[in-house]
Amino acid sequence: MADLISPLAGKVWKVQVAVGDKVEVDDEVMILEAMKMETPVYAPESGTVKEIKANVGESVEEEQVLMVIE
Amino acid sequence: MLSAFQDLIYASGFVHLTLGHLVMWLIAFVLLYLAIKKQYEPLLLLPIAFGILVVNLPITHLMEPNEGLIWRFYQYGIKWEVIPPLIFLGLGAMTDFGPVIANPRVLLLGGGAQAGVFGAYFVALLLGFDLKEAASIAIIGGADGPTSIYLASKLAPHLLGPVAVAAYSYMALVPIVQPPVMRLLTTEAERKIVMRKLRPVSKLEKIVFPIITAIVIMLMVPASAALVAMFMLGNLFKESGVVGRLTNTAQNELMNIVTILLGISVGATMTAEVFLQPSILKIFLLGLIAFIIATAAGILLAKLMNLFLKEKINPLIGAAGVSAVPMAARVAHKMGTQANRQNYLLMHAMGPNVAGVIGTVVAASILLTFLN
Repeated sequence: MADLISPLAGKVWKVQVAVGDKVEVDDEVMILEAMKMETPVYAPESGTVKEIKANVGESVEEEQVLMVIE
Repeated sequence: MLSAFQDLIYASGFVHLTLGHLVMWLIAFVLLYLAIKKQYEPLLLLPIAFGILVVNLPITHLMEPNEGLIWRFYQYGIKWEVIPPLIFLGLGAMTDFGPVIANPRVLLLGGGAQAGVFGAYFVALLLGFDLKEAASIAIIGGADGPTSIYLASKLAPHLLGPVAVAAYSYMALVPIVQPPVMRLLTTEAERKIVMRKLRPVSKLEKIVFPIITAIVIMLMVPASAALVAMFMLGNLFKESGVVGRLTNTAQNELMNIVTILLGISVGATMTAEVFLQPSILKIFLLGLIAFIIATAAGILLAKLMNLFLKEKINPLIGAAGVSAVPMAARVAHKMGTQANRQNYLLMHAMGPNVAGVIGTVVAASILLTFLN
């Protein structure tokens, strides 16, 4: 089980997966926006998306858990 | 009856148009295109471009001393040095010095990038500019619009227009100018360096920072007082958390008002006589040289620091010492992700980026101290 942790403070721009999707390590799963820049975030492990903890439009902080992958 | 008609024609601007005017119109149109269609720094470039256009319409007397509308904006806003410090008030209210407080080493990177200013200074002297002109041109390398305008208005007002246009143009071109230099001076391995997450910065630290910085810098370089005092005050507004209305105004309405007045005034200094000189090409060349040297200096300084550091700095963030905020930080971040997808340099790069603003103000103030 792995938490997808936000690498920076910003806003959730796009969520590329849904709960139940299978992902491989390094797949692009979410895009954050900071300083008007799109920053993609990648899956830390292979597995299935169990929970999406941050939704489009939400502001997130550095180290906040964005997603849980099993 | 006919003579009245004749008088009307002679009173119109048409008969006084010169080729020079038309060339300036063309330049104004190009800048308007870049600002509107390509969105190159439109907040400044659009009013500047329009200022250029209207001042090159004959006998409007817009810049006539003691009479012209735009002359008054220029005289009381720029000549009296009111506008650039007010812009700094707004900038301070929008700046987060957290990344600098968390990693004070980046102050060195912000300072190192100012080598671009001093490098360009010497090249400018070689190209035939006098001491004050060279300083006004070299400050383009600081990648800071208001500081460039502040310095040029004091040392070489006849160069203010081209210096400002060059400064804002190169800031917009940072994503094009910087990457080749960055790629040239860093190895793939260096670009992959991951930087540890910045430590959290307390509210107290963020409040104390602008106060201490103001004291230290204004004591060291008194000539910097107008800009630094406003910059730090704006930051204190923001970090104190108790003057939300003032912070809001400083970030928004105030910034917008002074930006409007600044843009028009700067553009209106660019009459055909002033602008259509061969020295203008030299200015644009020097601006480019300044940016390149500044980028290189930031990167090389980071590499030098890495020789003494256990926890390495990714040299790419050195390039963000060129204080085009936040463009240069974004460029550093992007190049970092190209080398290593899991590398998020953006906040790390913001450190040198905002430190560089302080660095540019100090550099300008030093030049002012020696040349004024």
